[in-house]
Amino acid sequence: MNREPLIFEISAEGKRGFRLPVLDVRENREIMNCFALRRDVAGFPQVSEIEVVRHFTRLSQANFCIDTTFYPLGSCTMKYNPKVNEKVAQIGNFLFSHPYAPEDLVQGNLEILKTMEDMLCEITGMEAFTLQPSAGAQGELVGMMLTRAHLQDKGNPRKIVLIPDSAHGTNPSSAHSCGYRVQEIKSNERGTIDLAALSQQMTEDVAALMITNPNTLGVFESDILRIAKIVHSKGGLVYMDGANMNALIGKFRPGDMGVDVIHLNLHKTFSTPHGGGGPGAGPVGVKRHLAPYLPVPVVEKTASGYIFNYHRPKSIGRVRSFFGNFLVVIKALAYIRSLGAEGLREISEISVLNSNYIRARLEDVYHLKYSAPTLHECVFSDKFQREHGVQNIDIAKRLIDFGLHPPTMSFPLIVPGALMVEPTETETKKELDAFIEAMKRIAQEAKVSPDMVKSAPHASYVRRLDETAAARNPVLRWEIDGERKDK
Amino acid sequence: MYPSDRYYSRDHEWVKIEGDTATIGITDFAQKQLGDVVYIELPAIGAKLDVHQTIGVVESVKAVSDVYSPISGEVIAVNENLNDSPEVMNQDPHGKGWIIRMKVGDTTDQEKLMSSVDYEKYLEGIAS
Amino acid sequence: MSYISLSNDDKKKMLAAIGVSSLEELFCCIPDEIRLKKNLALPVPLAEPELVSCFEELGRKNRESGRTSFLGAGAYQHLIPYVVDYLSSRGEFISPYTPYQPEVSQGTLQVIFEYQTLICQLTEMEIANASLYDGGSAVAEAVLMAHRLSGKPNILVAETLHPQYKSVLKTYVKNLDINIIEVNRSEQGGVDLDDFSQKTNAETSAVVCQSPNFVGVVEDLDRISEQTHSQGALLIVAIAEAASLGILKAPGAAGADIVAGEGQSFGLPLSFGGPYLGFMACKKDFIRQFPGRIAGQTKDVDGQRGFVLTLSTREQHIRREKATSNICTNQAWCALRATIFLETLGREGIRELAYQNIQKAHYALEELSRIKGVKRKFSGAVFNEFVLEFEPGWSAVENHLRRNMVLGGLNLEPFFPELKDCALVCVTEVHGKDDIDTLVRLVSEVLR
Repeated sequence: MNREPLIFEISAEGKRGFRLPVLDVRENREIMNCFALRRDVAGFPQVSEIEVVRHFTRLSQANFCIDTTFYPLGSCTMKYNPKVNEKVAQIGNFLFSHPYAPEDLVQGNLEILKTMEDMLCEITGMEAFTLQPSAGAQGELVGMMLTRAHLQDKGNPRKIVLIPDSAHGTNPSSAHSCGYRVQEIKSNERGTIDLAALSQQMTEDVAALMITNPNTLGVFESDILRIAKIVHSKGGLVYMDGANMNALIGKFRPGDMGVDVIHLNLHKTFSTPHGGGGPGAGPVGVKRHLAPYLPVPVVEKTASGYIFNYHRPKSIGRVRSFFGNFLVVIKALAYIRSLGAEGLREISEISVLNSNYIRARLEDVYHLKYSAPTLHECVFSDKFQREHGVQNIDIAKRLIDFGLHPPTMSFPLIVPGALMVEPTETETKKELDAFIEAMKRIAQEAKVSPDMVKSAPHASYVRRLDETAAARNPVLRWEIDGERKDK
Repeated sequence: MYPSDRYYSRDHEWVKIEGDTATIGITDFAQKQLGDVVYIELPAIGAKLDVHQTIGVVESVKAVSDVYSPISGEVIAVNENLNDSPEVMNQDPHGKGWIIRMKVGDTTDQEKLMSSVDYEKYLEGIAS
Repeated sequence: MSYISLSNDDKKKMLAAIGVSSLEELFCCIPDEIRLKKNLALPVPLAEPELVSCFEELGRKNRESGRTSFLGAGAYQHLIPYVVDYLSSRGEFISPYTPYQPEVSQGTLQVIFEYQTLICQLTEMEIANASLYDGGSAVAEAVLMAHRLSGKPNILVAETLHPQYKSVLKTYVKNLDINIIEVNRSEQGGVDLDDFSQKTNAETSAVVCQSPNFVGVVEDLDRISEQTHSQGALLIVAIAEAASLGILKAPGAAGADIVAGEGQSFGLPLSFGGPYLGFMACKKDFIRQFPGRIAGQTKDVDGQRGFVLTLSTREQHIRREKATSNICTNQAWCALRATIFLETLGREGIRELAYQNIQKAHYALEELSRIKGVKRKFSGAVFNEFVLEFEPGWSAVENHLRRNMVLGGLNLEPFFPELKDCALVCVTEVHGKDDIDTLVRLVSEVLR
């Protein structure tokens, strides 16, 4: 297979891909003397349109994507991205709308924002939402800031945030960005929060407990009501990482579980496309005691129409420019509108069915560290395969040869050699069976021909890449005179 | 298997004491756990460290690990070679992969460390 | 609508394989008290044609289209070659995951590598990351980075930094040991250099200055850079209008240590504010404190060149609470669009785009300033937006323009009370001579 060169390598002097219309106003050359002008952008591409089209088309073909491939990535909820939602997000009245347009001219936009907030309240059982955060991690940061603002208002912001050892890395990172110290809570032998440990660690110095439910093992924290009570009894707040909402949607609501603040990932549960790494959106929902602190502006419905209210004296402020990833919100709203209550409930039921099916068929082949019932995802480990020198990363790379994207591996940290599998509700049984067969085959290979696994992938666009060299001698851009020699 | 001319900590550092100078590094077990080392954050010369205070951070491609001082003392030298060739820490963790040299502080700290025999037993315990 | 792909038979077989007789048994671990007793109260689901109709109707509740708009202020109207939509809408670009498994993500990774290179070239900085959420959060991350590097508490921020970027910055640093000190705007519209040198001292960690700034003025980055560095501080140059990089002296050439900005001008439609594209670039010495994902070049086992996300130990999934930033999902697809845009326009195209912005804006500025009662507020050089002061007040002008389907500019009084009767007018290459002449005619009508 030919590897596609870098655009800079096919660029040459004199080629152009685009022509602007001719300047139609009188030209004023002297005005250019007012500026310090740049040197010509050295090495900037000069290519024709056909070269651009072939370049990107070929590059796209080097990617796996949901439209071609199964992605059983735990905690990522890589479900199908409905195409009609793309279409509605391209309606000109939204696409070309300026964020500083006068409010009375963009009532449709404001209605979309308010409707989405109302629907998310209904879905989660929370009482107010902000759609400003651009991603889950930014939502977590907002959630932490809201927590802090509320506690500060009551006299003491406190110092510590409790986070289970199974949590996603953004959790401690976000808490820390907010000025909190992170204290880990150990999971018990079920893989869930140890109530005794929580009772001991929950003091009046603790601002909040950050919980994921179901947790990153796919296990539901069935003690959630007791957990919330312990936290609340000492004046702390319960923050829920809503990344795993797919397991709950339409059947259970975090607001009914004692959660004070939650973030959702529209690019997970609500089907908006991942785009190779964003854009996403991380709306944050709160109970009413936290509503005064929400970021500005807040959309409100008045007798004369929708407005943006900037006069919120207790607000934490802005976390990004304008109103958030508006087009992503549109896609997610379209998804909710097209599924309705029944459709949303079906997501939860089938995602749990699909995951448990995979678990049932693989649990004698791969080690399952925790035996508790799981919902929409489960975490295997490479323990059996390690006996033959094969690790989770090798299994992952070998799956690529079967045309499958590997499961999540970088967490939870409490399962060494983790393989976190989340099929989502949109997969066919055929696809699930193909994944199961491939995993079984690889487990067999690990025993009889481990080198096949350890040297995988064999059939991909590039073979296993040297990430060590990339980190030891970073080459982070193309240079005119060839590869940089220094670090 | 593990050199007997030095002590070992539960966090997988080794310390070799010669007179009032100590050389410190991470053990073979630690470097295997980390994988290919890509970068080491070294302390400043003259830094005074207590037992279990962080000497620096070792980064591999997929992990970071704090290195804790097994003894107390003052940093008198750092292994600059690790900046250009971090792989030495994987290749020769007990020799050329040394991290710092210290002027030894409170010498009674040594009693809390393990001999090579005890460290090997400790590793067996971890594996099971 | 339903996107479930299981047949009734499939479900039966799967339940049997699991060893349960009903779906509900799979939820047995959840206490009954938390179970919803009825379906969510949501509107009846819409089939595809109804869904489209519903949103088109919502779109019609907007009454913005059909008007000629001269709004800018951090969101800019620029042409977007059709290939940008065409190529970026491919499923292979829209629907993949983050490229953590590089062997199956070379398309995404190579695009990121090219994008990083283009940002470095445009800003004349040494390294760039794979994107942040938007200009505001990019500036905030730059300040946090500078603070980590220097340890000093004071950050000087130009008054003429975009008000929303200032707001975001304030929110981000609220719970940390950082003091934001504002540097006044001069009469000419740029940073007041005297106020600036008075306020810089040994406790200054970094200086943040936007160019072109919020009132449209291009800053004297050379002098600001000199003053900043003389006090041992870092210079962060913020960019809200990335198109200016096509022709104005690059921030790297002027001595910037970190560049943070908004890339929306590179192929992203206005989108009522998002998704946009934060970009960031810095000197290579700062690499370990640099936030965000970064793609790097390497080889595979056969010696074939490939690209991977690298230096991941800075990031949240490894460093956790000690990470340089909590950012995970960023704006990769927006960076893809920017990459296609920049490569399509090419070296000559981006220069010409910028040139036309300057020319059209100055034509408009000259014609408007000629009208009695209209005054150019700031004498500093401008790129594509400028502030005008209107004798009868902006309201009267704005209303007349609106009645004639023109959005003439952004009222500045809410941002700067001393700029009452002033508006920020933005003219780009998308405005034809007719559009500008119409604006001039309408404004003259009010001032007669």
